[in-house]
Amino acid sequence: MYTWIWRHLPGVLALKLVQVLVLVAAVCALLLFVVFPWVEPHLPISHVTVNGQ
Amino acid sequence: MSDGHYGRHAAPPAGAPLGMAVVEQPAPQPAPPARSRTSGGDAVRLVLRGIGQTLVTAGLVVLLFVVYEVWVTNLFAHAAQAKVHTALENEWATGQDPLSLPGGSQNGIPIGTGIANIYIPRLGRDFAFTVVQGTGADSLEKGPGHYLGTALPGQVGDFAMAGHRVGKGEPFLNLDHLKPGDSVIIETKQSWFVYRVEGDAKTGNISAKDAHGVPGREVVYPDDGNVILPVPDNPGLAPGPNDHYMTMTTCHPKFTATQRMVVHAQLVTSMTVPRTGSKMPDSISALYNAAGV
Repeated sequence: MYTWIWRHLPGVLALKLVQVLVLVAAVCALLLFVVFPWVEPHLPISHVTVNGQ
Repeated sequence: MSDGHYGRHAAPPAGAPLGMAVVEQPAPQPAPPARSRTSGGDAVRLVLRGIGQTLVTAGLVVLLFVVYEVWVTNLFAHAAQAKVHTALENEWATGQDPLSLPGGSQNGIPIGTGIANIYIPRLGRDFAFTVVQGTGADSLEKGPGHYLGTALPGQVGDFAMAGHRVGKGEPFLNLDHLKPGDSVIIETKQSWFVYRVEGDAKTGNISAKDAHGVPGREVVYPDDGNVILPVPDNPGLAPGPNDHYMTMTTCHPKFTATQRMVVHAQLVTSMTVPRTGSKMPDSISALYNAAGV
């Protein structure tokens, strides 16, 4: 998968590296600000109250 | 690799031991022939590489989730906490007190808004949080939350709060550092309240129980709602005129939600002092010196 992406990035090596950084940042932002906040309430790890409140 | 490198090993000095370097370096040969794209070995390699990349990616995502939990949620929570803190200070400055509503009812306090400030000298001079009304997920992202229906600060009964231990501002991260007799200071618009953590201050036994059997600290299962009763752990017992408890709950052990750590305290001082900005009265700030911070 990563090889396929790398092969399909246009431009010279430096340009490809920049694009990779942008892609990685975009994926991290998507996970941190959209996916994780949505997933987290469904996990029991952050429950701090008693009696189901 | 330079030609010189190859050259050295291609012709080892006579009598040199037959080392690995010699074995490692075969005679220069032409580039290996291009692999056939359709060979079975390539298909296996492709599948294995796919599985490997998926697993590595999954591992990185999980690592990122840990970063999110212990760091990113704090950024959000600190911003939210600063907001409710400023809002409460502004309310106080304009003469409004969210705790003195008509009829003394707390039903009118909007969920998720600040009601009081909490300070714990043992946890450092910078430990200061605005307590918000309610213990829903939205409230607890802003700061420690006041269990609906439990007493308000200074009232008879149990002023009970819940707070996150890891991430989300982690107000109760170090709740286990509290020792018997430690002060927990609650600031409202009208008053300063000082609660002292239960337990035996002489022996330092935090599990020691008071006359009602309330310990300084206990670990319970999440369904044990008795710890926030008006007299904690005493179902059916009505609080006497001097039973002003305070209870804090958080998750236990850290990073899990298997159990709850609960710390109980009892009111020792309540002072009604005119607010002078956000400055603590001397007798309150003296508690920090007493705690050695």
